[in-house]
Amino acid sequence: MWSGTPLFPEQASTMAGRVDALYFFLLAISVFFSLLIAGLIVFYAIRYRRRDPMSVGEVIHEAMALEITWTVIPFIISMVIFVWGASVYVAISRPPDDTLNIYVVGKQWMWKFQHLDGQREINELHVPVGRPVKLIMTSEDVIHDVFVPAFRVKADVIPGRYTNLWFQPTKPGRYRLFCAEYCGTRHSGMTGEVIVMEPSEFQAWLSGGALEGSLASAGAKLFNDLACNTCHRPDAKGRGPVLDGLFGNTVKLQNGEIMTVDEAYVRESILNPSAKVTAGFQPIMPTFQGLVTEEQLLELIEYVKSLKALPPAQASQTR
Amino acid sequence: MPPRHYLNNGYGVKSWLLTRDHKRIALLYLASVTFFFFLGGAMAVLIRLELATPAGDFVTDETYNKLFTMHGVMMVFFFLIPAIPAVLGNFLVPLMIGAKDLAFPKLNLASWYIYVIGASFTTYSLVTGGLDTGWTFYTPFSTVASNSNVISAALGIFITGFSSILTGLNFIVTTHRMRAPGMTWFRMPLFMWSMYATSLIMVLGTPVIAITIILVASERLFHFGFFDPTLGGDPVLFQHLFWFYSHPAVYIMILPAMGVISELVAAFCRKQVFGYKFVAFASIGIAVLGFLVWGHHMFVAGISVYAALIFSILSFLVAVPSAVKVFNWTATMYKGSVSWQTPMLYAIGFIGLFTIGGLTGLFLAAVGLDVHVTDTYFIVAHFHYIMVGGTIMGYLGGLHYWWPKISGRLYNEYLAKIAAAIIFFGFNLTFFPQFILGYLGMPRRYHAYPPEFQVLNVLSSAGASILGVGYLLPMIYLTYSLRYGKIAGSNPWNAVGLEWNTTSPPPTENFAETPVVTWEAYDYSAPRA
Repeated sequence: MWSGTPLFPEQASTMAGRVDALYFFLLAISVFFSLLIAGLIVFYAIRYRRRDPMSVGEVIHEAMALEITWTVIPFIISMVIFVWGASVYVAISRPPDDTLNIYVVGKQWMWKFQHLDGQREINELHVPVGRPVKLIMTSEDVIHDVFVPAFRVKADVIPGRYTNLWFQPTKPGRYRLFCAEYCGTRHSGMTGEVIVMEPSEFQAWLSGGALEGSLASAGAKLFNDLACNTCHRPDAKGRGPVLDGLFGNTVKLQNGEIMTVDEAYVRESILNPSAKVTAGFQPIMPTFQGLVTEEQLLELIEYVKSLKALPPAQASQTR
Repeated sequence: MPPRHYLNNGYGVKSWLLTRDHKRIALLYLASVTFFFFLGGAMAVLIRLELATPAGDFVTDETYNKLFTMHGVMMVFFFLIPAIPAVLGNFLVPLMIGAKDLAFPKLNLASWYIYVIGASFTTYSLVTGGLDTGWTFYTPFSTVASNSNVISAALGIFITGFSSILTGLNFIVTTHRMRAPGMTWFRMPLFMWSMYATSLIMVLGTPVIAITIILVASERLFHFGFFDPTLGGDPVLFQHLFWFYSHPAVYIMILPAMGVISELVAAFCRKQVFGYKFVAFASIGIAVLGFLVWGHHMFVAGISVYAALIFSILSFLVAVPSAVKVFNWTATMYKGSVSWQTPMLYAIGFIGLFTIGGLTGLFLAAVGLDVHVTDTYFIVAHFHYIMVGGTIMGYLGGLHYWWPKISGRLYNEYLAKIAAAIIFFGFNLTFFPQFILGYLGMPRRYHAYPPEFQVLNVLSSAGASILGVGYLLPMIYLTYSLRYGKIAGSNPWNAVGLEWNTTSPPPTENFAETPVVTWEAYDYSAPRA
């Protein structure tokens, strides 16, 4: 039974080593102070054990220097850990620019992954080794959380917004993926696997089953089906703003506020169009709340992203 | 036994249910929190039975979710929060400062009734189908998705909150207004300082959870959009509101235990607590800083990087006063007259386990590391080291120390030492493996888990069965001592402190005449027996 029992998780991302280094530093500090305190307590308990039932302790006056010492030392150690922890966190929170983007939709109790090329997966996520991957995530119902222990990363998946999680796998293999935010009856069944493949294998896998075309092309079709194109025209003559080249740039709103067009803004503009109307336009767009699913929203967002006035090689990048 | 004391001043149900004596009310609370402790404990037993095997085969997933939810709700709201303040605090606050009673005796009795009514609501929701939101009630799950009895359970917590507020208010006023002549602030036992700090949190923090519960209930009942994004709400807002109370609530649970440990270390080393003022101000410091760290529960919940860094640094600052306390308790033992009687064993156990609980808190405050371990068994292990290793060790230590005062009789010292050792061993076997499980990545609140985690889970379940036996023992020998224990006398430990200057059990009015205090706290240089 013991042979199959790991005591330490596998390291399979560029972040794992950094997180583990901090972990071992803290472990060393914890062992040192635990042994120090336990050692002193046991030593004093034996050395000064009450032998005469009426004896009392020696009167010892406060020692200011000692108090200050053991206030300042924990403070300094704390600040060292803080800075170290903060630097790791910033690295976890800031994806590099050239990420492979994959959309994630969580729902009770499954994970849906959408690759930009059109591949869809459930509870399995295929990614190439050695390339930074960014998950852009939302939920259809309650809060979920993507957690891949071997990568040492985790992020909540929240309905009504997009959260990001990035990692760079370092070795091919299959790694467990858990939902780490309690989400109801079958929470512990909301698990899956991340399958890290050699880049060539990944390319083969990616082209193996893309029947419906890319995500952006699905979005383009939806854009026409929902008649978005009657107002959002490429020639600035429509009743809505021109969307080409919009994503990642800023827009000025009616109230003078400047907004960056990101996933959250596009999403809100579809579901609640009158909330942040671009300056110079009327709040005449109807809401699409209830008419488009979370996955269709992602297709529309990806379509808007693809309308960049940029060379196609960079078209799949965000921001 | 003295001929006249609070226990024989009136018999019958009415003399208890309509009492205004803080000591009798303390015993009413003792009976109630013990009931909820064993109810919550029974659920823990079922949880650990389920987790003995990787497959979800002992109870259904639905039942499992209800079990851990009710375990958390019962233990947090109906045991840990009231345990030390409402039982030991109620009994001791007036005695320690030389007062006849609390400032508002009727309000004190009302607090107990409010607690019972609130707890009944929540117990009702348990009996009629249960609650499956986790004790944290996260939205939008609790407002939109859960099909269980959210409203009645939350209403129970809402009601119980008022009991907390009134107890806190009572202690604050009592501490300000009822101290005996000569009992200055810096002559008060450190237990009083921690009760005072705890009361501040109760009065200031509890209203926020009450408001939060109202918001949850109105979204669930009337579909007001506070938290549900399809109604225009923000699900993460709930977490801010919830933790704004529930993080300080952690200090409502641990500060009183720290106060108890200060008393135990002083009494069983017969020595003034080293760095009295530092320990006293550490309590206040923890209470204040405790209000500023709630965001560390939300490092992966989509808060901004800057917010996370601020909450991280503030969380590290809370670690400092906690460390100061541990160092001062340890230093108190230096050149003390160290007794190995049962309460001191609990105090030593507390210091050791709290040290581990506190140090593992640093792992969680370190925000880059928290990302990996949050929502795993690492968290579960960490907070059980604080709540069970800390609060319950402190509570049991205090109960043993003041038991002769409460009951007038001595318990079986030999059995008590064995129980303390069993609890310490069982506790560590239960919760230490969970740190390893957590770092391996086992998420909390999982009904079934991958097979590679089984060995550590079996160890944990084995530990839990030992711990269960450990907790049953005091229940038995303390109850036995009520009738058959040796007569304690007014000061069986030869301890100082006003509570030992009156008979055991004390008379209803506590002291034959109002004491006049002319000595410092824990002054063992001139014993007054």
